[in-house]
Amino acid sequence: MSLTTLEPPASPGGAPTEPQQPHRVSGGMLDPKQLLTSLPDAVKKLDPRVMIKNPVMFVVEVGAVLTTLSAIKDPSVFAWVITVWLWLTVVFANLSEAVAEGRGKAQAETLRRTKTHTVARRLTDWRPGATSPREEEAAASDLRLGDHVVVEAGQIIPGDGDVVEGVASVDESAITGESAPVIRESGGDRSAVTGGTKVLSDRIVVRITSKPGETFIDRMIALVEGAARQKTPNEIALNILLASLTIVFLLAVVTLQPFAIYAGAEQSIVILAALVVALIPTTIGGLLSAIGIAGMDRLVQRNVLAMSGRAVEAAGDVNTLLLDKTGTITFGNRQASEFLPVKGTTAAELANAAQLSSLADETPEGRSVVVLAKERYGLRERHEGELGHAEFVPFTAQTRMSGVDVDGRQVRKGAASAVTAWVAANGGRADEEVQSLVDRISQSGGTPLVVAAKEDGTARVLGVIHLKDVVKHGMRERFDELRRMGIRTVMITGDNPLTAKAIADEAGVDDFLAEATPEDKMALIKREQAGGKLVAMTGDGTNDAPALAQADVGVAMNTGTSAAKEAGNMVDLDSDPTKLIEIVEIGKQLLITRGALTTFSIANDVAKYFAIIPAMFAIAYPGLDKLNIMQLHSPASAITSAIIFNALIIVVLIPLALRGVRYRPSSASSLLTRNIWVYGLGGLVLPFAGIKVIDLIIQFIPGLS
Amino acid sequence: MNDTLAGWLQILALVGALALTYRPLGDHIAHTLTSAKHLRVERFAYRLGGVDGDADQKWSVYLRSVLAFSAVSVLFLYAFMRLQSHLLLSIGMPAVTPGVSFNTAASFVTNTNWQSYSGESTMGHLVQMSGLAVQNFVSAAVGIAVVAALIRGFTRRKTDRVGNFWVDLTRIVVRVLLPLAFVFAIVLVAGGAVQNFHGVDSISTLIGDHQSLTGGPVASQEVIKELGTNGGGFYNANSAHPFENPNAFTNWLEIYLLLVIATSLPRTFGRMVGDNRQGYAIIAVMGVIWAASVAIVTVNELHSVSSQAGHVAGGMMEGKEQRFGIWGSALFAVSTTLTSTGAVNSFHDSYSPIGGGMTIFNMMLGEIAPGGTGSGLYGILILAIIAVFVAGLMVGRTPEYLGKKLGGREMKFASLYILTTPAIVLVGAGLAMALPGERAGMLNTGAHGFSEVLYAFTSAANNNGSAFAGLTVNTDWYNTALGLAMLFGRFLPIVFVLALAGSLARQQPVPATAGTLPTHRPQFVGLLTAVILIVVGLTYFPALALGPLAEGLS
Repeated sequence: MSLTTLEPPASPGGAPTEPQQPHRVSGGMLDPKQLLTSLPDAVKKLDPRVMIKNPVMFVVEVGAVLTTLSAIKDPSVFAWVITVWLWLTVVFANLSEAVAEGRGKAQAETLRRTKTHTVARRLTDWRPGATSPREEEAAASDLRLGDHVVVEAGQIIPGDGDVVEGVASVDESAITGESAPVIRESGGDRSAVTGGTKVLSDRIVVRITSKPGETFIDRMIALVEGAARQKTPNEIALNILLASLTIVFLLAVVTLQPFAIYAGAEQSIVILAALVVALIPTTIGGLLSAIGIAGMDRLVQRNVLAMSGRAVEAAGDVNTLLLDKTGTITFGNRQASEFLPVKGTTAAELANAAQLSSLADETPEGRSVVVLAKERYGLRERHEGELGHAEFVPFTAQTRMSGVDVDGRQVRKGAASAVTAWVAANGGRADEEVQSLVDRISQSGGTPLVVAAKEDGTARVLGVIHLKDVVKHGMRERFDELRRMGIRTVMITGDNPLTAKAIADEAGVDDFLAEATPEDKMALIKREQAGGKLVAMTGDGTNDAPALAQADVGVAMNTGTSAAKEAGNMVDLDSDPTKLIEIVEIGKQLLITRGALTTFSIANDVAKYFAIIPAMFAIAYPGLDKLNIMQLHSPASAITSAIIFNALIIVVLIPLALRGVRYRPSSASSLLTRNIWVYGLGGLVLPFAGIKVIDLIIQFIPGLS
Repeated sequence: MNDTLAGWLQILALVGALALTYRPLGDHIAHTLTSAKHLRVERFAYRLGGVDGDADQKWSVYLRSVLAFSAVSVLFLYAFMRLQSHLLLSIGMPAVTPGVSFNTAASFVTNTNWQSYSGESTMGHLVQMSGLAVQNFVSAAVGIAVVAALIRGFTRRKTDRVGNFWVDLTRIVVRVLLPLAFVFAIVLVAGGAVQNFHGVDSISTLIGDHQSLTGGPVASQEVIKELGTNGGGFYNANSAHPFENPNAFTNWLEIYLLLVIATSLPRTFGRMVGDNRQGYAIIAVMGVIWAASVAIVTVNELHSVSSQAGHVAGGMMEGKEQRFGIWGSALFAVSTTLTSTGAVNSFHDSYSPIGGGMTIFNMMLGEIAPGGTGSGLYGILILAIIAVFVAGLMVGRTPEYLGKKLGGREMKFASLYILTTPAIVLVGAGLAMALPGERAGMLNTGAHGFSEVLYAFTSAANNNGSAFAGLTVNTDWYNTALGLAMLFGRFLPIVFVLALAGSLARQQPVPATAGTLPTHRPQFVGLLTAVILIVVGLTYFPALALGPLAEGLS
């Protein structure tokens, strides 16, 4: 079971979330209508000044221009068909980028609507504790760093900042898509507010922490629109390889002409241009930027904002995950897991007493006792009314016990020392058996709660409740998966080493850092990085900020402080620390998609050679017709089929580029084997079939036969 | 013993002998390149050259040293040949013409040993021994030195130093090449190769004609010609000449010698990077390609016979020596074209179209299976980087090879490397085919004539040095064009390899995890082989189609 089912992320992009899928990483489906709506953008991108940024497609465009001129000079059906399809190749490549950008634009529109022209109520002389500071009206865009503004119920917060006074419930649905309001208060780690969100109740004073135009919403819009997009290191490296392959093929074709003339088979510009376009890696060249944009987009759909594509790539490379215990690995509060009765008491009796004593206990621990009693022993939850004259003894810091007095029976539960003392004071005696149960629970990292009852004047211990931090379901499997991917998990906790070890063992993490201070965390990150490892972590507090900045992938929780959000290179709007694992998977999927399509693209060339070379030279050297293993109809139809296939495959693969290839966490070796079979062998075989099918159709076009 | 059995025995004995040498020689070279101790003779050499033997160089300084050393070598060799008539032991040979001098100087310094002249009628003994033979040693050593720097790029961390060129050069000559050459020269002499200081002897043949026979220090030059994957013969007929290669045993030994260093270097690599399995993976790729090529050429030479004479001879015997037969010739031809040696014991021009085409394709692979001394290993490591890059992306990580990340900078140098040689071959052949005068140099017409030109530029740019024969290359245009092709084909890749070494050495290595692409498994061997064949195949397919394929398929 995957964790996403526990807290399904809200998706402003409208993508349906698929719980419990074995391949968790997936993006939204491509709506065919998007292809049409993006067409104008794709045509606009034909501007050579834009095209030059993509060397592979620029070469195709130059080829298209040359064939156009040639077709005008020497018109023929063949020349015009090739010309049209070369132009289509370029347009299809642009289309993929335009579609990817188009999805972002839609999201940006939604965000822009929240950027209304808010009037801010600026406090000119606010100081902590000031009772009636002077107030003036200012446009939100005039707010500067360090300004203080007051916001009351019903008003929009004019800019990003930290709450410095008061507490309020805030509707952040504009950003997170989550309609439940959140509490924001001064001090602590819940102080950050975002411009564009709405205060629902109370009054807060906010210190502005962003410059105009650089607010969270501004950055978010820039990110989803792809305006701030820079090529990532991997993309640059791949581009270099593609450019050099392009040059090699360009040379191979340009120098082919003198060879061809010697062989008595001089080739036309149209055919040479077609050969170049067929050989250079147009499939990956055309889809490369769409893959990058879509990768960011997949994160946005999961409500994660990456400040740079570099961070997304780094996520794929992460070696070590630092996971906060609370909230990520465990539910974050201790729960009753077991009733351990002493001799002479049955478990059911103990459960009964424990349940009685916890009925009025509204703490999570208390509730969990009631739940366990119900689940394990079928004890129906009794309501206070049923118990007549029950008197509940609330927990206090002095007594460290709580309980109930009912029908002359007193039941107490609490810390071992407190309950033991109570028993002793009431004429009973806690024997060594109790002590050994208590010790056993403590040693396993749990918390013992001793339950005692006083009946007939004497108190005696009934047993011990084992409270423990409950590890979320499925974590062990998840960590096993990560281990197979070569990622080490380290649990960070403030617990003592004993407790930490018990939870670490249960959750199946590779290592843990107990009694962790921010300094320890920082030191751990630096130590890992010194060994050449990349580290990812999540954090929300101000004291996490240095570590978030140091980590290679630092995911700040949206509920966290602005210092944390500034320091990290990603922000999770859902504030779900578990998402780190998904972020890693998305990063990997992004790289795999690039690698797979590169392999596919290069493997395609083999079939194209077998189509085009015999078509070019079988007249001069009839023996070369043996290479025409696809038995294509005519030279013209063979070349045309190869070019049409080359163009269409880009469109066919747009959904794959946007969605990313299927990714299942496993070792590098098995991933590679699978991808080589699918994209390497597939890339080798598919075009033979595709070109043949196209040839069977177009051979009927007059002028191509 | 029939030919087939003899052929199989030769191949098995060769593979067995190379397997036996793999570990000891590879380890010895690794030790030579990593040891902290200097021999006395080496220390003397460093003092003489004013070199601090314990100071490592940055990649740029290492590169400058390689280039300076090679430039001085070219100039020295050029002057030597131009002034030969004034020197000792010239055995009456006149000064060599400027065109041939430039071409030959470039050829021997680049480890190509393309010869546009015939040795016995052009070069005196002094030029052969202290000019050409010296280059046979040092040009081979330069290749190993460069790959040593690249391997150090993988093994070192966070440093800008990749070793000391002068130390590497000296040690490889003193500790590896000289001892091996000494021992095997004696074996060659024992096998019948000549070794003397005779001039030109005139003898009367049985039918009463006169024939001039040049003696000379042949065996000593022959051994380093093969060992250093040089290939420049003492005689024009090269290893087909009975004084160089008298019998089937010396033929087998020469094949062994030209393969032995290049096939042991993967061990050196594995040893230096601390994981011998990495070396096994590389040698496996080399072995697969070599074996496939031997099979294809041998089968084609044996069976694609069209003439009556061929059937009588039992195969494509034209241009092959009777004493080596089809098997011994095919084995030699494949090994020499796959190692950048370029020595020949038969005329590749007379091979079957597919067999001859294979010798071209072998060179087009970039001399990497196993390739030249040093250059073969760095060539295949660059292709391994390309393979790791694509495959690494497919496993979802920034690709890394031996713990070093392959980012933009690394890919830039690797891409430039794989771009260089095809560019030189294709542009060179394209120019030659576009110029009517140069085209006239072909002996044959049609596709076969084109193969001759393609072969010449492929051989020069890949620093092989063998010739298809048939093409008249002793013209100013070919001497200059092929000379430049050799120089660019040798030194541009070295620039990129050393720059890459520097860039790798600077990195902090990434620890290997389950998420790291393993580069020692059969999976990687298959992947690398496929990448090599596809990248090379795609680059040269059109050219090959118009040459060997057009001829072979008709």
